[in-house]
Formats: sequence, C-alpha cells, structure tokens
Amino acid sequence: MSDEQTYLSLPPDALLAKVRELREQGWRLVQIGATPLGETIELNYSFDRAGKFLNLRLSLPAAGAHVPSVSSIYWCAFIYENEMHDLFRVQVEGIAVDYKGKFYKTTVPYPFSSRGPAAGVTPSGTVVATAPATQPASVGGHRPPLQKSTAPVAAVYDRQSETPAPSSSPSAPSA
Amino acid sequence: MARTIIPFGPQHAVLPEPIMLDLVLEDEKVVEAIPSLGFVHRGLERLVEKKDYQEFVYVAERICGICSFIHGQTYCQAIEEIMQIPVPPRALYLRTIWGELSRLHSHLLWLGLLADAFGFESLFMHSWRVREKVVKIIEATTGGRIIFGSCKVGGVRRDIAAATLQTILKEIVAIEKDMHEIVDIFLEDSSVKQRLCGVGVLSKDDAYALGCVGPMLRASGVAQDMRQLGYGAFRDMPLEPITRPEGDSFARCYVRCQELFQSANIIRQAVARMPEGEIAVKVTGNPNGEYTARTEQPRGEVVYYVKANGTKNLQRFRVRTPTFANLPALVTLLQGCNLADVPILVLTIDPCISCTER
Amino acid sequence: MPYFRMAKLALKWAVRKPATHRYPFEPREVIALSRGTLVFAKDKCVCCTVCRKKCPTGAIGVNRTQKKWAIDRLRCISCGYCVEVCPKGALSLSTAHGIPTVTKDQEIYQVVTPAPAPKPAAAPKPVVAIAPAPGAASA
Repeated sequence: MSDEQTYLSLPPDALLAKVRELREQGWRLVQIGATPLGETIELNYSFDRAGKFLNLRLSLPAAGAHVPSVSSIYWCAFIYENEMHDLFRVQVEGIAVDYKGKFYKTTVPYPFSSRGPAAGVTPSGTVVATAPATQPASVGGHRPPLQKSTAPVAAVYDRQSETPAPSSSPSAPSA
Repeated sequence: MARTIIPFGPQHAVLPEPIMLDLVLEDEKVVEAIPSLGFVHRGLERLVEKKDYQEFVYVAERICGICSFIHGQTYCQAIEEIMQIPVPPRALYLRTIWGELSRLHSHLLWLGLLADAFGFESLFMHSWRVREKVVKIIEATTGGRIIFGSCKVGGVRRDIAAATLQTILKEIVAIEKDMHEIVDIFLEDSSVKQRLCGVGVLSKDDAYALGCVGPMLRASGVAQDMRQLGYGAFRDMPLEPITRPEGDSFARCYVRCQELFQSANIIRQAVARMPEGEIAVKVTGNPNGEYTARTEQPRGEVVYYVKANGTKNLQRFRVRTPTFANLPALVTLLQGCNLADVPILVLTIDPCISCTER
Repeated sequence: MPYFRMAKLALKWAVRKPATHRYPFEPREVIALSRGTLVFAKDKCVCCTVCRKKCPTGAIGVNRTQKKWAIDRLRCISCGYCVEVCPKGALSLSTAHGIPTVTKDQEIYQVVTPAPAPKPAAAPKPVVAIAPAPGAASA
C-alpha cells in the first residue's frame, strides 16, 4: 500500500536551484510544512509527479529561522509560506503575495512556534465540573462565568434516578 | 474608477463555514480578492501533545464534518505504515465502502450548495433529499450520521453483516435512480448552464502550476486521482479518473456528478469482492519514524505528514487539506470576475474551511 | 426537453408525501445502531476506572474510594469507546438523543455493588470534582 516516497536533505542555499530544477521537470508542489523540534525547525517541501512523492528537507535553527521564498518559481507557494510565517515564526523573504502576518487571525501570535502546553490548559486527568476558574482560556477574550444551577431548573429536567442534586459549584479535585 | 472594498464573509450566504474574502471592486467587477483565515482555527495539530496516537483518531475524524471518515482513514494509514501493521483485507474493503459513501454524501451536499448559490433552491432541497438516503445508510452501519467513528489504528471498529451489505446494494440502486434525476437537471437545464458555463475558466497548465487538486484539477483536463496510488481496496480495483477539458465551473460540476456514479460502482464492486476475515489487529507499542499518507478526499488530495519518535504522543502531525491547495486557484479565478459570480467561484473549489484551518 | 425536467420533478413531489417528517410531532425513525446517550448500569460497575482512562474527552469521572461514577453529558461524544473496554458490560449506548439542558452538570451515580478490597492506590488519583450536594450525597 505504500507509495514511493523519497526524502532529500538540503542546505538552505541550495533550495532555490533545486526547486527550479523540479519545476522544469514538471513536478507539482504538494505542500510546504514546518516541524518545530525544540532547538531546530525542519521544513519539508513536498512535490509530486505521476504518483511519485519527493520531499526536500531543510533543517534550520529555530531562533531567527529564515528561508528564501519559492513563490517566484511556484506562485501557489505563497499560501504555505504565509502560513509558515503566521504559525511558526519562520521568516520567508520575498513572498509573491505577502499578507505580512494577517493571513491567519489568531489571538496568540505564532502559536505553533514552540511545543508544550498552551496557556490556560487544564491539567490532564481531572474531570472538572465546569467551573469558570478552570476553563481554558478562550480565544478571543474573556467568557463571563457560568450561572450556577438553581433548584427549579434542575427539577424541570427530571433526573431522579439515583443522582443527588446536580451540583456545578467549583470544587477542587480530591484524591 | 473608484474602488470599493466589500468584505465577503466571514458570515455570508454561500457556505455555513466562515471564509473571509475582502473583495476589491470596481463597479461590479472584482479586481482583487484578499483571503484571510483563522475563524475556525482550533489548533488541532498541537493536540498530539496531549492525546496519544490511538486516541488521536477521534480528533483527526473531527477536523471536518463533511470529509470526516477519510481524515480518520488517512491518519490510520499513516500510523499503520510507520508501524508496519498488516491491516486485514476485510477492514480495507470496509474502509473503502465507507469512504465512497462519504464521497457520495459530500458531493450531493456540494451539489445542493451549488444550486443554492445560484438561487435554485428547490434543486438544493432535492439534492439533500437524496443525500439523506446515503446518510441513513451511514447511520445504519456506523451509528453516526456524519462522524462515523469507525476507523481505528489496525482496522475498523465495527463490521457490516452480509445481510446489511445486500440491503446497501438495494438502496444504492434506488439512490442511483434519484441521482440520475437531479444530475440530469444539473447538466442540462438551461438556467443552470447560463450560470455555470464559461465562469471561472482555468486552463490545464494553470491548474497544474497553481497546485490545484481533486475535481478542480480533473475538470481542467489533468487525469490525476490519489486513488490511483492503490491504498485500501483500490489496489484490487483500479479506477480511471474522470476528466473534462474545458476547465470552467460547468466542467467541475460535471466531474463531481460523474464521480457520484463512479462511487456507486466502486461500492458495488467492493461489496461483491468483500473478503471474509477479521476486522482489526491488535496494536501494541509506539510508532517511530515518519510517513506521509495521501488519499483522495471528495475535495481532492489530502496529505497527512506524521512524525513519531517512539513515545505514545506523536512529535508532529500535519494536515494539508485539498481546500488549502485550491486557495491560490480561488484567488486567481476571482480576479476579473463579476460580483454575482463570486458565490459560484467560491463554491466551485468545494471549500471546506474547517479542514483548511484545522 | 431540458426546460421541463425540473417541472416534472417538482410536480412529482407536489403530489407525494413529503420527504421530511414532522418531528417532534411524529416520532423519528429509530436506527438500531445509532449512537445516542450512554446508559450506565450501576449494579455491574466495579470502579475499575478503565472507562475514565479511555474516554477521549474526559467526560467520565470515577471516584474509587467513594464508589461514585459521574458523566458530563455535554462532553460525551457518544463514540462508544468506553462501551468497548468496560470489562463488566456496565455501559451501553442507547439510541435516544441527549436531552437539551441549560446547565453544565454532571450526572453522578452511586455504585451499589461493593467493589472487592481496593488495591492500595499508588498515587493520588485525580477524580471527578464531586461536591456533596446540600442535604444528601447518596441515593
């Protein structure tokens, strides 16, 4: 079931020449992706021709990563390069259509540029009653705290079978 | 001539999903279109840090509602290829059947939205009426109408009994009859043709150079379909991609309509050849390595890059969905079109914004 | 003639029964395998907590010491994973849809069968946040 996939490692300055060569041979640009790996960031340029799959792999230091744009050769690359910039903080020089950071609207700039839990995530393993204090930070602003359930509302949804009165009060997880 | 900028979206009449396009207009002609994304961005690629690789199938399926099953299938394929898991043939055939049912319902949904985009609302309702039959089959075999929950790493979670398979075959005959009725209207009605013919022409070289995938590419004459790679049951059932030379919106509509019948045929073939056997293998251990899985979603080629380092959480998970690849084509097509054609052109790439923004 | 195909279709459906049905006045068609709400049989549960570990959304909470099992209905996605892994068959999926609610509560069940002598817990188990309801905590 596996198709033919090749991975070629390249230094960043050999990128443009190789991409030009692939364009002349009729390869189609499939995607450009970035993988943050702590200290380095790996860029994958994927090409396809008649079912064969070729990847160019660049490895750059994560701080101050920058590459030249291939959108002069493949115009459609501007979309992937804008995304790489907006999500991963990779500076791409000379993109044909440059949205200057406004392509992806996110609250947190460069959200994927580092691994590790994002701010405000609840610790795993706790099933928390939905108390406002432990809600993950919502994108786009502060959410007002939820109303506590009051007796008349709970009585409407008749959950008599073996449940005590449902409580949604914030409570600390207990061992 | 003075220019006006009209924001098309994120809430608009074309799709239920938010796509934001700033249209720069001169009178009624669109001079430029500036897309911006991020309204449905859920950061699903980072969730691999919290969910282990087997649980992640649930997240992968929920990247999108319309193309949900094939997302799950591609993810499972990527992990199975890294771990060299031999998936039983019955599971491959079942996945193919569900994948083609998924394609049927997605194309019927798209046909309905297209009819709605040019104002033909009764045709929209009829397309979705036919789609309802497909969705009922899906619910009867998997338990969910849209999110199937059937794929898992190593196979599938539930089986389809032989009697149910025969019922599916009978239903497909009835569905095909209904599909012929509405496809005839789409392809022959003069009011439909007036809105679709000649709108958004993309030549063969342009389509290839712009990185288009799926029916966009095939409607411009390039015969490329990821199902030819032979994943799943397609290694036993080779298929011919359906192409059209013109490259306008009508050609894309035609390609998708014919793919409906092609999918129905594939389902019939798969049911006829269904092998016996188990439906899943037990999976132990952790993946280590990387792989790029490519499958054909209803919208085109989806690329799943998975990188694992031996722990139960993946190191990197990257999805490049077909709508993302078709966005440069959309931006090109929108330049120079009429304002009234904007909904048609946006729909003609079959956008699935939840997929695009993950 | 291409002009009259839609007219033919429209007329055909004008005289037929509509394809939609008037839910909730008519009952909806029940499909046997449909994944709806989770049903918990509290007399079969032994508080092994496997369902809590396998739940992808964290909707299930189990408190071994107090023998309570809780589910957050709004987080449950009806995937059926817990049903597959429960060793005692205490969980099943019914075909009923969840009822709409305006509060985010948890349904808490007191497990009736006493579990066998609990093994000493290795680490403090993070459990569902159960605040004793005013008045009574057990059913």
